[in-house]
This record gives sequence, C-alpha cells and structure tokens, in this order.
Amino acid sequence: MEKAETGFSPELSAFIAEWKDKPGNLIMLLHRIQEEYGYIPRDAAERLARSIELPLAKIYGVITFYHFFKTKKPGKNTISICLGTACYLKGSQALIDEARDILGIEGDEVTDDGLFSIDPVRCLGCCGLAPVLMVGNQVHAKVTKDQLVDIIAKYKSA
Amino acid sequence: MTGEKEVAESRPIGAAPVGAAASGGMVAPVGAAAPGAGAAAGARQYLLVCGGEGCQSWKSEELFLALHQQAETLGVKNEVQIIRTGCFGFCEKGPIVKVMPSETFYCGVKPEDAKEIIAGRIAAKKDVERLVYKKEERLAATTRVPEGAFYNKQFRIVLRNCGVIDPENIDEYIARDGYAALGKALFTMSPLEVVAELRASGLRGRGGAGFPTGLKWELTRVAPSDQKYVICNADEGDPGAYMDRATIEGDPHSVVEAMAICGYTVGATKGYVYIRAEYPLAIERLKIAIRQAEEYGLLGKNILGSGVDFELEIRLGAGAFVCGEETALMRSLEGNRGMPVPKPPYPATSGLWKKPTVINNVETFANVPMVILKGSKWFASIGTEKSTGTKVFALTGKIRNSGLVEVPMGTTLREIIFDIGGGIRGGRKFKGVQTGGPSGGIITAKDLDAPISYESLTALGSMMGSGGMIVMDEDDCVVDVSKFYMDFCVDESCGKCAPCRIGTNQMYTILDRITKGNGEEGDLGKLEKIGQAMTKASLCMLGGSAANPTLSTIRHFRDEYMEHIHDHKCRSGSCKALVRFTILADKCIGCGLCARRCPVPCISGEKKGVHVIDQAKCVKCGECFVSCKFGAVVKA
Repeated sequence: MEKAETGFSPELSAFIAEWKDKPGNLIMLLHRIQEEYGYIPRDAAERLARSIELPLAKIYGVITFYHFFKTKKPGKNTISICLGTACYLKGSQALIDEARDILGIEGDEVTDDGLFSIDPVRCLGCCGLAPVLMVGNQVHAKVTKDQLVDIIAKYKSA
Repeated sequence: MTGEKEVAESRPIGAAPVGAAASGGMVAPVGAAAPGAGAAAGARQYLLVCGGEGCQSWKSEELFLALHQQAETLGVKNEVQIIRTGCFGFCEKGPIVKVMPSETFYCGVKPEDAKEIIAGRIAAKKDVERLVYKKEERLAATTRVPEGAFYNKQFRIVLRNCGVIDPENIDEYIARDGYAALGKALFTMSPLEVVAELRASGLRGRGGAGFPTGLKWELTRVAPSDQKYVICNADEGDPGAYMDRATIEGDPHSVVEAMAICGYTVGATKGYVYIRAEYPLAIERLKIAIRQAEEYGLLGKNILGSGVDFELEIRLGAGAFVCGEETALMRSLEGNRGMPVPKPPYPATSGLWKKPTVINNVETFANVPMVILKGSKWFASIGTEKSTGTKVFALTGKIRNSGLVEVPMGTTLREIIFDIGGGIRGGRKFKGVQTGGPSGGIITAKDLDAPISYESLTALGSMMGSGGMIVMDEDDCVVDVSKFYMDFCVDESCGKCAPCRIGTNQMYTILDRITKGNGEEGDLGKLEKIGQAMTKASLCMLGGSAANPTLSTIRHFRDEYMEHIHDHKCRSGSCKALVRFTILADKCIGCGLCARRCPVPCISGEKKGVHVIDQAKCVKCGECFVSCKFGAVVKA
C-alpha cells in the first residue's frame, strides 16, 4: 500500500488520508486530483483505487459520468466558452468556432505548443454579461469575435 | 403586495452599512463580543464596491484596491470606508460602486476612475457626474416606463444583503439582524412552532417544483431516525440562472443560518451544501462563512449554549445537470454517479444514506431567516395567495438591462421585462420569454400581463423553474432554441430510463433535420408524440420536462416550424443552412467592405460596382451582413 502512493505529492496524500474514511468522499478526492494534475491521469486513478480500496471500474464510472472531470490533459490555458442559454443566444457558438479557427484545433484537442485547449461549458453563471468566456480564473465579459485574437495573444505571451 | 411599501421603508436596499453594535436579539452577546466590526470608526462615507463574479470580470477587484490606494494617497483614509460587497444584481452596468449615505450609484467604473472618485466624492463631496447612473437616460430610451429605474419595482428579501454587506465579514451580517432568527428559533420556539410558522408563511420551494417548505420540514421532523441530514442544493445547473451563485457570493451567512435553523427543527446534526465546482468564488465565501460561524459558536457543538449541535460541510458537484434532481443529488453526495431513483420513498423518510433528509434550494433557505424573524403574517402579505413572498429572476437574453431582479410574486412579466429590464435591446420586437430553462416553456406577448406565480406559469405551459428568464426577440429562431435545449438534455440525460435516454435523442434528431431544411411531413406529430411519452414515462423531472421547450414552441409558433419544413425558410436567419445572403444591386455602392471581410472569399465585384455573392462557396457566416453599412446585404 505504501508503494502505491509514492507518486502523489505530500499534500495530495495528506488530503487522501484526511478524506479516506469520510462517507461519500470519492467526488471530493477526484476534484483534488484534478486540481493537482489539471485532469485525472489513468495511473492516478489506479493509485487512488488502491489507496481507498475501491474498484477502478467504480472510479471510472464516476469520472465519466461528470462533465467536470477530464481524462485527457488539457492545454496550459483552457478557454472555457460558455454555452449557457443567454450566451448561446448572443452568439457564443460563433465564438467557439472562431477560437477553434484561430488556434487550429478541433474538439478537445490541444494546440501543438500545449498552450491552449477549448472547452465549451454549460453556464458559467455570468448570464448578465453574455457572452462570456473564462481563461483560468479570469472571466471575459461581452466578448466579440474580434476580441478573441487579442485575448488569446495575451495568454500566449504570459 | 400590501406589505411592500412599509417593508421597503424599514429595510431599504442598501441601508447604511454596519456600525459596531450588533442588534441581533438573542445573539447580541456574541455579536457584541465580536472584534473587528466597524473598523473605520468615524467614517463619514462608504463606498460599496460590487465583488460579484460579474463585476469582478470587469476588474472590480483592481478597482477596489485602487480606491484603497487612492484614499491612502489623498489622505482621506479616515473619511471613507471601502467595502467589497456581493452582487448588486445590475450586472449589465458593472462594475457598480454605491456611495452611502448619499445613495449615489456609479456604473461602469474602471480602476482608472478611482482617483476621481476619491478626490471628488470623498474629499470634495462632489459627485463624479459622468459615472452617476441616471434614471433620465433610461426614461428617454424607453417611453413606456413611468419611473423606469432598475430597482424601483424590486423588493428584496432573498437578496436583502447582497450589495449591502461584506460577505466575508460575519459582523456585518450580524449587524443586519443576522443570526437573530437562529437565536429566536433556538430559545423561544419549539421545532413544531418553527414548522407552523413556515407553513403559515406559505413559503414554497424556490428550486422550481414549489413544494411547501414547512411541510417538507415537518415530514422529516416526524420521521423516526437516529440520524437525519439537511442538504442545501446549490447545484445551479439551469443554464441562464445564477441567483443562487449571487446569493452565496453576496450573503453566504443567510444560507448557513437557515440550515442551522432547519437542523434544529428537524433534529439533524449534520448538513451539506452541495455546490457547483464551477463557482469557485461562491465556494470560497461559503467556506469563510462556515469558519466564522463556527468561531462564533453559531455552528458546531452546543450552538449558543442551547445544547443543539449542527455542523456543516461543503461538497462539490461535478457538472451534471441531473444532480439538481434531489434523489440524483444525494446519490452524487454519496460518491456515486448522480442517477435519480424512483420516488417514493421521499427524501423526508429515506434520503441521504437512507436517512430522513431535508433538501432545499439556496433561495428557499435564504428566505427562512426572514420568515422566522418577521413572522409568517408579514411574509404571507407579500405576493399572491398561493405563491407568497418574492422570487429572484435572472433576467438575460435580448434585454436592455440584464441582471438579477427580485420581485414580489404576482408581478407581471411585462413589469419585469419592460419596466425593470427596460425592454428589448436595439428596438427589436419581443418574441417570447423562456422561463424554467430547459424544463420550461416559452411565454409569448399575449400572456405578458399574467401575474407570476407557480400556478400561472404552469397554466401557461411553462414553469417557475429556478428563475432563469431568457428574453428572445425576432432575431431568435424558436426551432433553433428548442434544438439547443434538446441538445442540452441529450447531453445531460443520465441514461438510466429509456424514455429520457432515447426520447431526447430522437427529438434532437428530428429538430436537427428541421433546422437543416430536411424536415419531413409529420415531424411535428412525431415530436409531440415522443414528447408526451417522455413526459409521462420518465423516471425523473429531467426527462419529464425535457420536451417542454419543444412542445410549447410548437404550440405557439407552429407556423414557424412549418416554414422550416415546407419552405426551407428560417425567418430569423438563425438556422444557417436555410439562410441565403444576397446583395441588393440598387443599394450596393461597391465599397468592397463585405468582400474584404468575407473569410472564404466568395464575394466579387469591381470597385464602385455592384458586388455579388457566389452562393456555391458561401459558408453563411454572416460577416457581410453585419459589415454592410448600407443595408445592401440581405438574408432570406
């Protein structure tokens, strides 16, 4: 059991130890792992399965059920473009198409330099400012197609 | 609505911010012993800076820091107290800064404006005119509004503290009678009396279904068990609704307090807030609120010496709309895939880990302290007979003033959309308003004067839902919007029951082909038939209501569906496959702008000569239509 946890950072291991015996802990643990890696790597899921003694199938059942959990490594900057109703009505689908065009990626692909991926999301809860997109923790409000190049350039150089 | 005037005066939006003294009745001893309240003693003016997520995206955090810095630089630090508050609701004009006690309202304030505000408003006591929100501007813009201010028709119970207090400071909540209701319940009321008060108030679940809150608590209270739970459903998944986020970000203690009251009432010692992981700011503020409440003895063991225990824990959702359904939410909280289970048994008897559980939505909880404190009579005097109190709506879409509005039940849609919201943006024609999100329906112009209540919205073929109110104008296509909602439901269906899993997919396939010009005779009949089957046979309300947007738009806009199917025409131009852009020869002056903007390119023409679009190459992006300044490009 000791060996299984060697790949986790001390903080992550401590978190797992703290939550190990709490009922209904799985989703919280997965959140913590995704926070650490940006997604849930296969070997991390396997290690988690061993440390909390849960079948890997059960863990994957949960990971794949929820949109929030990613099994593929995203770009350094994930551009989350809101597809909530208010944003959709104000043209966020066009923003997604345009951003994909600019970056030259499709679906959940990552740019060759590993800097960007695009994640269409359901409602960021900023409906009053539609259409919005989020890069990291920064919300960009009332975005127009013309602004996308500048927004992307800002994160490219950052 | 009778109590409106009186209460509006006794508790105005943005009453003077807190001083040091806590007026919280039973909790006074705790509050009085609290350190830190009213730090800037002798401050003569207050600047309330909106720290809601919306305004933060407009750099309100930088503005907040800049104001502090300027106050320091200009040596007026002691004349002003700068407070970061929750959402003001008026997201359209953010970032918002409110000056108290003058009640001046600054809109669209940038960090660069900090110096002018401090030097002007604070030091020289003169307003920065260019930033002041002018009601007159709106009057000129919308002739139908007699006193068209965004806040005039609003009445705030749930959002009472949003934009008023610093959500990260428990003392400010206490100074606004916070935790007084908890004290009152613990020391002067029996659990039965709390339930009776709630039942008399008529408070109903604000998550959408409208189940009487008092009854829900009573059923859990009488259920025999060694362990019971209280859950706050903050998994606000309805796209287009964000009142729960704003409530938690702006006034997290109201939810914490209500949950403690609930714990005492039903005999639960453990509560969970199940909140969307997509709301990091709300999670952070809630964490702070719980920690502060624990420090003050308002949560944890032996609350305020009453012998009652109640502890609160935050659990994160992970982006599944179906988890808004209570049984699915509880499965998720237990660490499983969030799939609903048949009811009964209801959560009140067998909920989380099969124990009796009260599960209420954020907005419902936020009402509770006010019901306890001000009494059921007061609460029941607001709103309509069967739908008492207020409702918060997220007014968005093609509306002039987007934002969060809280109005008494019984207010008409017309008042909300045209008086508060200022009508449709850009002088376009109102087409309909979607309430209830992907579970609701569209309400058209002819029903705008219906007073809002659970019953009236259901009678109109929509539903209250969680409070999303998405306004559509003539540029929106109902078929396209129905397809959008169905796509959402296909994506969010958990797959457990066949009617929902298969039905949503089938309906989506049909809607998709209609929007692409491949609709068939009889498609509408098929949509209606599948929709009815889903409504009747689905396991939970996700499937049970997924057909609503489609069915209601077919009911109101059958002709538009038929146009798509028969004439391959989309009158609003939203369905790209059906749109054809052409250039009118008599209007084109040959400036060439459209040709330069065209990404393909497929527009050709001599300079100063008439341009032509090559239909075979056109990708229908609409750039030419948008760019033409002479109205020469038309879509049909």
